[in-house]
Amino acid sequence: MDILNALVAFLNFVFIPGLAYGSQLALGALALTLVYAVLRFSNFAHGDTMAFGTMWVILITWLLQSVGITGGVLPTGLIALPFGIAITAAFVLATDRVVYRFYRTQKAAPIILVIVSTGIMFVMNGLTRVIIGPAEQNFADGARMILAPNDFKEWSGLAEGLALKQTTLITVIVAAICVAALFWFLQRTRTGKSMRAYSDNEDLALLSGINPERMVAITWIIATALAVIAGTLYGLDKSYRPFIYFQLLLPMAAAAVVGGLGSPLGAIAGGFIIAFSEVFVTYAWKKVVTYLVSADMAPEGLLQLLSTDYKFAVSFTILILVLLVMPTGIFKGK
Amino acid sequence: MNNRNLLMFAGVALLFVATGVFQSWNLSLQILIIGVLSSIMALGVNMQWGYAGLFSTGIMGSVALGGLAVVLVSGNPVPEGWAAGGPRLLVSLGFGVLLIAAAVYLYNRMAVGTARRTAMILLLGAGFFAYRAILDPAVTAIEAFNPATAGNIGGLGLPSLLSWPVGALFAGLAAWVIGKVALGLRSDYLAIATLGIAEIILAVMKNEDWLARGVKNIIDLPRPWPVPYEVDLQADPTFVAQAANWGFTSIEASTILVKLLYLVVFSAVLLVLIYFSERALNSPWGRMMRAIRDNEVSSAAMGKNIKSRHLQVFIIGSAVVGLAGAMLTSMEGQLTPSNYTPLRFTFLIWVMVIVGGSGNNWGAVLGGLLLGWLWLIVENAGPVAMGYLTMPLPDGVLKAHLIEAAPHLRLITLGAVLLLVLRFSPKGLLPEK
Repeated sequence: MDILNALVAFLNFVFIPGLAYGSQLALGALALTLVYAVLRFSNFAHGDTMAFGTMWVILITWLLQSVGITGGVLPTGLIALPFGIAITAAFVLATDRVVYRFYRTQKAAPIILVIVSTGIMFVMNGLTRVIIGPAEQNFADGARMILAPNDFKEWSGLAEGLALKQTTLITVIVAAICVAALFWFLQRTRTGKSMRAYSDNEDLALLSGINPERMVAITWIIATALAVIAGTLYGLDKSYRPFIYFQLLLPMAAAAVVGGLGSPLGAIAGGFIIAFSEVFVTYAWKKVVTYLVSADMAPEGLLQLLSTDYKFAVSFTILILVLLVMPTGIFKGK
Repeated sequence: MNNRNLLMFAGVALLFVATGVFQSWNLSLQILIIGVLSSIMALGVNMQWGYAGLFSTGIMGSVALGGLAVVLVSGNPVPEGWAAGGPRLLVSLGFGVLLIAAAVYLYNRMAVGTARRTAMILLLGAGFFAYRAILDPAVTAIEAFNPATAGNIGGLGLPSLLSWPVGALFAGLAAWVIGKVALGLRSDYLAIATLGIAEIILAVMKNEDWLARGVKNIIDLPRPWPVPYEVDLQADPTFVAQAANWGFTSIEASTILVKLLYLVVFSAVLLVLIYFSERALNSPWGRMMRAIRDNEVSSAAMGKNIKSRHLQVFIIGSAVVGLAGAMLTSMEGQLTPSNYTPLRFTFLIWVMVIVGGSGNNWGAVLGGLLLGWLWLIVENAGPVAMGYLTMPLPDGVLKAHLIEAAPHLRLITLGAVLLLVLRFSPKGLLPEK
């Protein structure tokens, strides 16, 4: 029995990675759910919006680094982030003006908008690949570790090390700030209240003098900002590959649906549910269990439920279960 | 087929002729073969979307399952691998199927409530561990045999043509399971769910090495009858003499002949499928499907069983895509799971159907040929065009990067084509009658 070491191993390999991944998913799912709440379609171009925005953040990071501006101990990407958001938001607003608005005035079926968004997905994916290429990019700089495993071992005298990457901490802090700001905006400001009213009942909102085009534009800007932040945090914490971002669409959509599509609170809960389930199911528990049981009972196998390559299967299974058992999600979405 | 349609097809034919004249006939034929295969896939998707209005983004999964069928039916047998764990593997898979059947039975028989939920969790939880306990030793045993060249259960070594219907069967069976679970969902949920299922099918193919060696790939799959190998032709004196007679080198003649044979075989399959699709679409069944698509409520009121009709057309469409997937793999002679990407095998096929004309079989074929051409020609001609565009730029990193990135222009081109067609001609090039 060695509860402390087991706890440290659990924190190090399950809890902290799950927390960071969950924050990233929650931000992405929030963006997806906001677009769904106001524009009423599932945006298939969402993953590529993240990739596109993160690409600009990376390019601006390189530019800043080349003229000698860095974030010091913090990653330079954080300075580049607002510029990346601005460029991406401008692009997304342009696509709305050129593409989506036509279908909105036509009151086209949601599925048509989904197909249209795949068109946008193709364009953004292509632009990303042409500009930065499909290869992996690493743009994290600044201090790497807040807590290095060896320092922790010396300090605590335990056999297990605990690592805390700076990017993990930044991810969680930035995500918390974003979520707080978003809820303040939705609950307290006039614009936020109009947005919720528009999402609840479009016709009634129109009668009350709410300008729908303004609501749509603000939604796009907020959703893009969240998507680019999520993408940048994911890229800093792990690494940037456009294809991975496209695949992130699935866990993010699952998070949004699990929480209840259209419900911001649900998107956050869903993000953490999906992230922790993925880590729980694909983590090899051998280490933790070995510490907990007596030496002769130590497990032989890895105690891994599924290989890490099946993490999509986890988010998908949860998605299907929720859709079958409670189709409106945990927080009663639409 | 009216004049407008014929004109469209003549236009596409001209594109291929132009490719042959200005680039090479080999390339033109190569693109045409892929175009015919894409047309078959587009026919399948058109059944799901055009006839029935089902938006499924799991096309890639059906294509991959078709490819898997080729490996299992016509791949080289690995008797040692099979002997090591084959029977145990079958037992575990049988156990898995029984387990799920038992869970479904219980779910349907028990009353809604905590008791059912607990029973399901216990049954599936315990069943999962039991399943892994039976499966894992078999997998270890199979993968242990000669992992450098085998490590899988091997195929049956049967002729490649036989694997095509099996590919359709695999994709159809998978579609039955998927449809049972997901078809009741709302349209955009169905899209997300099927996208996920396709990724899972691919994850299984990439990671389960015992099945088809995963990302280590399977090579040397036999060619379908009647297509010969180029090396055999070049070694055949009568063929070499004949080729020289017509003024070709034997290499040129053999590659062209092989491609022509593929083209004939694939086109024959395509024509048979179109014949039956047209018959089906213009039959009472086809009218019923379109009625369901246009108004589910009124069709249900007329006594049509919406759910089972949707399931039926979903299975048929996926089976057609699986057939094309098997044909593709048997032509390439190898299964490379990492080649299956959603952009290429799901969304590109979608663009073909929508650009060609949803609900029109000939439209799907036209879309398949036209976009198949566009997809591959931009890849080939993109760098050349970019070379001209960047002429004024000085040689350097930027110019090299732009030329290198030019093949990716096809994604932008396709996105733009899709958006333009959706906006200005939403019914596609050949609208439904």
